[in-house]
Amino acid sequence: MTETATSEPAAEAFALSRRTFLSLALLAVPTLAHAAEVLTFDGLYKSIGVLGIKYSDRALSLKGQAVRLRGFMAPPLKPESKFFVLTREPVAVCPFCASDAEWPVDIVVVYLRKTLVPVDFQQRIAVEGRLEIGSWTDPQSGFVSQVRIVDADIIG
Amino acid sequence: MRLTLSPLAVLVAAVFSLPAAAQTIYPIDRADILSGSRFDLKVEFPGIVDPAKVSVTINGQDHAKVFGKPAELVAREDGKDVSSLLLRDASISKPGNYTVTASDGTTTKSVEWTVYGTPAKRAAKNVILFIGDGFSIGHRTAARLLSKGVENGKIKGKLAMDDMPYMALLTTQGTDSIITDSANAAHAYTTGHKSCVNALGVYCSRAASTLDHPKVETLTSIAKRKGMAVGAVTNSEIEDATPAAMVAHTRRRSDFNDIVKMFYDSKIDVMMGGGSPNFLPKSTAGSKRSDEVDYIGLFKQAGYALATTKTEMLAAADGAKTTRLLGLYNTSNVDGALDLKFLKKGSVAKFPDQPDVVEEMDAAIKILSRNKNGFVLMVESARIDKYSHSMDPERAIFDTIMLDNAVKKAKDWAKANGNNTLILVTADHSHPVSVIGTVDDNSPEAEMRNKVGIYEGAGIPDYQPNDEGYPVSVDVPRRLRFVFGATPDYYDTFRPFLDGEFVPAIKNADGVMVANEKYKDIPGAVLRVGNLPNKGSRAANQGIHSGDDVILTAMGPGAERVRGQMENSDLFRVIAEALSFAPQGKAAGKQ
Repeated sequence: MTETATSEPAAEAFALSRRTFLSLALLAVPTLAHAAEVLTFDGLYKSIGVLGIKYSDRALSLKGQAVRLRGFMAPPLKPESKFFVLTREPVAVCPFCASDAEWPVDIVVVYLRKTLVPVDFQQRIAVEGRLEIGSWTDPQSGFVSQVRIVDADIIG
Repeated sequence: MRLTLSPLAVLVAAVFSLPAAAQTIYPIDRADILSGSRFDLKVEFPGIVDPAKVSVTINGQDHAKVFGKPAELVAREDGKDVSSLLLRDASISKPGNYTVTASDGTTTKSVEWTVYGTPAKRAAKNVILFIGDGFSIGHRTAARLLSKGVENGKIKGKLAMDDMPYMALLTTQGTDSIITDSANAAHAYTTGHKSCVNALGVYCSRAASTLDHPKVETLTSIAKRKGMAVGAVTNSEIEDATPAAMVAHTRRRSDFNDIVKMFYDSKIDVMMGGGSPNFLPKSTAGSKRSDEVDYIGLFKQAGYALATTKTEMLAAADGAKTTRLLGLYNTSNVDGALDLKFLKKGSVAKFPDQPDVVEEMDAAIKILSRNKNGFVLMVESARIDKYSHSMDPERAIFDTIMLDNAVKKAKDWAKANGNNTLILVTADHSHPVSVIGTVDDNSPEAEMRNKVGIYEGAGIPDYQPNDEGYPVSVDVPRRLRFVFGATPDYYDTFRPFLDGEFVPAIKNADGVMVANEKYKDIPGAVLRVGNLPNKGSRAANQGIHSGDDVILTAMGPGAERVRGQMENSDLFRVIAEALSFAPQGKAAGKQ
């Protein structure tokens, strides 16, 4: 899913409100028909090792499905963005990190349905959307991510 | 060979070169260049030039004759209305002063280079360069107090780095700023050239691509050409600025994927640290690469032993045939000494078998010393800086003690192995940190700030060092008061952070950097309003670098050149001279 796709008018109109969205989703999108499954950062991984990470069986089984994940919004790299990084703990971003280079390995990248409204970066938030797992390079920012929640909404 | 000009001609040339839009020449004015070392010559013209009118001369001779090949004229650099002249891999062998003059037929610009040789006789077989990242005088004093203690007004024992015969003050400013970063600063040590913040192995030109800027040769490249073994060990990510400066050429230090390739291409013999995700092909879960290149596989094919734990590292180093090692011990930074050895916080639960910097260095020396032509080893205690950014005094001080333990081990090794190793201990830049007294929990005062002891009230802190020089507890009743001079808003807790590294400030929803509320309810915590920018693109969420000088101490053959005040780029020359990288005189032909 790219930023371009999420900004199509249909998608914008679709995101009327969370309640409308969910009820419409029940009718229109089979993969979102169930209430979002609650995932945790710890529950995403079976192991994190030097030579790679292993996703949990549950995370892999939820690929493509609606999930809810709680974490902290890292300060967005760019204003007016539709994507942000969700982290396990509040992140003190280093002053020279202009790329994905120095992020923790277990971040989740969130692609929102609507342009990001920054929240308090000290408050834990919940994000709901469709889980994607696998390397993907954002064509606009070049940001490489492994786990994403796309078509997402911040639900508090 | 030198171009001779009358004083009047020089004056006229200077006046004509004054317009704001004059050529820019790289290497820059007043560059010191090691004889025979490689560099890219670049002349940037302010507009599109007529090739027939362009001339670039070196001491009056056409550059093509001096360098043995002509530079390429790029008519429209990066598609813009500007021309550049570029010659990759140039070098000058004869020491002396060189005037480089570039003209587009209208304006003329000149810069001066000093090309230096080295003594004909090689003084040192090996060089070990210790870099405490961000390691400042405050850290040094604190490390001494915590690991040695005070009795009758005297420190009970010397730090290994204090017990060295030569010392200098290094100035750290770069071409763009009085304040440097770890990239630009380490670049000065590994190339002898000054550059700008974020740059490694390049001058900062107008090139659009971070990889297209004019390069200068690294210490690794020169030492490898001389047949020496080279290593870089750290507890940061191996792609981070200081270790990367050993091999990299990029305007942007965060080009981690490119930097991994540069490590591979450099054929450096030993490299250890964290930062494994940039070695994994993107289809491997946990990779940070944007391509499918498997650098773990490539390094193995090139004959490197791979170690992902301390146990594997020790086994590889003990293998008599191991001459190349890639050690990756963490996906991010290797944990610092306080977490690794005492608190078990940070990522120790995930990576329980990581080596510390002392153990990394020991393994590296074992492997590198198998090369009979000697070795160059850079040893970095990286998290002194990282913990000073996060304003976490105890963690920064423990990693300073770890640096000193590595220095002690290196000194012992050098003494037992021929006394022919030049040992240099320095920092890349400083932080505004100071030891100002103690905090005493047993003080009858109610507020924490009134429990701070100053002058005679500071007394002697309660730390009890173990055999490695680390205090067995940091949370002693009377403990050091170590302060940061430039800060964001934060909660001052007056206590060590036993539950994990401090995170002082975080942006709020309005984009303003505010104190991290996580620490608000710690008993005695006080909000400190910071003195650094809290809004805009340079809002600080952490402590920052300072422009204060750093100390260089040295011992071993060639160390006598370390004295007084020196530029950080002069450290490269100390190494080059000790190893006779550009031998001059009668014996030169025999080298």
